[in-house]
Amino acid sequence: MTTTGGPDETLSVALRTEALEQLLTERGLIDPKVMNGIITEYETNVGPLNGAKVVAKAWTDPDYRQRLLDDGTAAIKELGFSGAQGEHIVVVENTATTHNVVVCTLCSCYPWPVLGLPPSWYKDPAYRSRIVKEPRTVLSEMGLDLADDVQITVRDSTSEVRWLVLPERPAGTEHLTEEELVPLVSRDAMVGVAKVGAP
Amino acid sequence: MDGIADMGGTPGWGPMHPPRRDEPVFEEPWQGRAFALAILSSRVAFGGVNLDAFRHALERLDRAAYLDDGYFGRWINGAELMLTESAILAPSAIDARARNLRGEDVEEPPIPEPARPDYMRTAEGSLRTVDSAPAFTVGKPVRAKDMSPPGHTRLPGYVRGHTGVVERIQPAAVLPDTNAHFQGENPQHVYTVRFDSREVWGSDSEPFALTAELYESYLETIS
Repeated sequence: MTTTGGPDETLSVALRTEALEQLLTERGLIDPKVMNGIITEYETNVGPLNGAKVVAKAWTDPDYRQRLLDDGTAAIKELGFSGAQGEHIVVVENTATTHNVVVCTLCSCYPWPVLGLPPSWYKDPAYRSRIVKEPRTVLSEMGLDLADDVQITVRDSTSEVRWLVLPERPAGTEHLTEEELVPLVSRDAMVGVAKVGAP
Repeated sequence: MDGIADMGGTPGWGPMHPPRRDEPVFEEPWQGRAFALAILSSRVAFGGVNLDAFRHALERLDRAAYLDDGYFGRWINGAELMLTESAILAPSAIDARARNLRGEDVEEPPIPEPARPDYMRTAEGSLRTVDSAPAFTVGKPVRAKDMSPPGHTRLPGYVRGHTGVVERIQPAAVLPDTNAHFQGENPQHVYTVRFDSREVWGSDSEPFALTAELYESYLETIS
């Protein structure tokens, strides 16, 4: 296999990006309006709020929770979320004693329809390399200290299967409605590097 | 293939930092442009979506092209590689245009004769049906083959040669190893295989479980 040389180091990546956009646009190979549509979609519509709605519904509707764990893709689609990088989503539950955490060591595969594009820490080589070798240490560095009796399962997303963590519902939220729970659910808890805290 | 992209277990990357709560989707405007450009470039280069070929372009970047400008920088460099291999762009076209954009006056290379791969996917997405029954059943011990293919693969280096147990059978899917090279979809059964950390990393490692989705041809029975 050939390895390509890097770009000219004196040219900034922003300038090279602009150059590529010009080259393809002026030949009619891409449409700037389509480009802008893709950017807007991922800046505004496709993000972790979608996943938070899924989680809040699962916390308040036992039938939905069961459907979500049985067939994540279908249950997520019930709420209107599907699309690129969400062809087959498997949902796993975190509890007081079992903790799932998701990574993609080979690139940065991530369940876009429910979480949007991955945050910088998920794409960090330190995360990609170390979470599969010393997850307890890595989670601690990220601010999550798990008790010794918690069993950790690291999910490396090596195929087109995408994993979503159903976090544990925090104590003291029994009186909250589904709508009130949604803002509590963080992106990081749905990847498994944080827990959802009580309000 | 072995290379910079196969990061699982590799040393030297330093500590993690607590996640930022307020991180924008695109920290700088060029990153959004790069994201959309890379998606559209793979359609221009291949005549259709081929995520496996895109990932193979990324994993062939050298260390600097892969790392120096982060995730979206690697997407721009991967897009350039796809477009030059399909002869949509000449190899020096982006740099020449970038120089002109910053006020230099350099000659840009002529547009080459396109040489797109012969590629037509059989359906949207990657899930396919396979007529044969899965070779492995849930609960069965399996070993990830100890192999190091020169082309694209989704078998991470760190599980090769290690033994786990089939946790779930996932829907059959296009085999990245051939599809990335436009050599056919060859759909296979896909298994979530569960490994014990101490089997993979040694008896001194943190105790935990590790799963990966592995295509049927990556696995062998234990004799």
